[in-house]
Amino acid sequence: MDVAPSDTATWPDALFDLLKAHQVRQVAFVPDAGHSRLIRRCQADPSIKAISLTTEEEGMGLLLGAWLGGERGVLLMQSSGVGNCINMLSLSILHRTPMPMLVTMRGDFGEFNPAQVPMGNATQAVLEAMGTLVRRADHAEDIVPTADATLRLAFNTFRPTATLIGQRVLGAKTFGKE
Amino acid sequence: MPPESSGTLHRREVVSTLLSGRGELVVIAGLGAPAWDITAVGDHPRNLPLWGGMGSAAMIGLGLALAQPSLPVLVITGDGEMLMGIGALATIAVARPLNLSVVVLDNEHYGETGMQPTHTGAGVNLAGMAEAAGIPRVLSIRREDEVAPLRAAIHEKSGPLFAQVKIDAETLKLVLPPREGALLQARMRESILGLEAHLA
Repeated sequence: MDVAPSDTATWPDALFDLLKAHQVRQVAFVPDAGHSRLIRRCQADPSIKAISLTTEEEGMGLLLGAWLGGERGVLLMQSSGVGNCINMLSLSILHRTPMPMLVTMRGDFGEFNPAQVPMGNATQAVLEAMGTLVRRADHAEDIVPTADATLRLAFNTFRPTATLIGQRVLGAKTFGKE
Repeated sequence: MPPESSGTLHRREVVSTLLSGRGELVVIAGLGAPAWDITAVGDHPRNLPLWGGMGSAAMIGLGLALAQPSLPVLVITGDGEMLMGIGALATIAVARPLNLSVVVLDNEHYGETGMQPTHTGAGVNLAGMAEAAGIPRVLSIRREDEVAPLRAAIHEKSGPLFAQVKIDAETLKLVLPPREGALLQARMRESILGLEAHLA
């Protein structure tokens, strides 16, 4: 099993449709294999500004700026990137800025790489400690409804929210060792 | 011994010139002295002085510039704040918003924490880093007569523009803006989007 969703998985395209339905105009990301198809779809859509970041915390600033200018944004990242965002989550709390995050999990379910485990294990606790409403999706059929709830909570109640897409859905990268 | 900077320009005079005849200009100020500087000119609904989020000022400017491409967007921040989010220069260079200007008031010190030296006093060249990142318009400003042309360039929307302004390491009286973040956000949204902003 690889970490990119298989070609037959429908949820990455459904997530793209969801972003469109919520009129998301700015999609910030640091790439993750689990988000690869969603990122490609966003890059191909002229009504979406797909912004590649050097570090995930840049995305929090971008989302605040987007909202100041009347646009909705979303941040796509891997669980390790959540650790880079901790202090920047204060922007969302202070200014009451919608900051929805779609997080693909590593170090979560059958992980191979020991370096992914500390942050993966702490992702939910860290987000919640900073006031983020966190919901998990551990089955493919839960991803879109959970992400929908995460986007609604952010845009309707003005706060940081996150869907964690479990490694159980994504699969664990094995670096050629089965 | 008072802290020394290689710059001689006075920060409040620079900011006052940059914000003169501001028109539609939208301003994000990095936490600390740049936030006090823009407030000293006069608090304004199109000012977002930051109280935290160190390292985010340029990226907030990017999100805003992309959302409102017809408005000139100005980020005014310090050398310490810019260094903390230096990767933003690469992200901005790639995104290339014509209407974004980032002005760093470089006094070569961390002003809010006791004037400890930053890397810019030890040879790190922020303008050079912006240029190497691919920002198309980069200015390095040391003279008073260069400030008014910078003000004009900010309104041209032919950026993205990055300017490093070498200033004196003076410590000035605090001029505090409102510190309720929800108010600061809502008033800027209302100024740009109208009352409908609150019904989004």
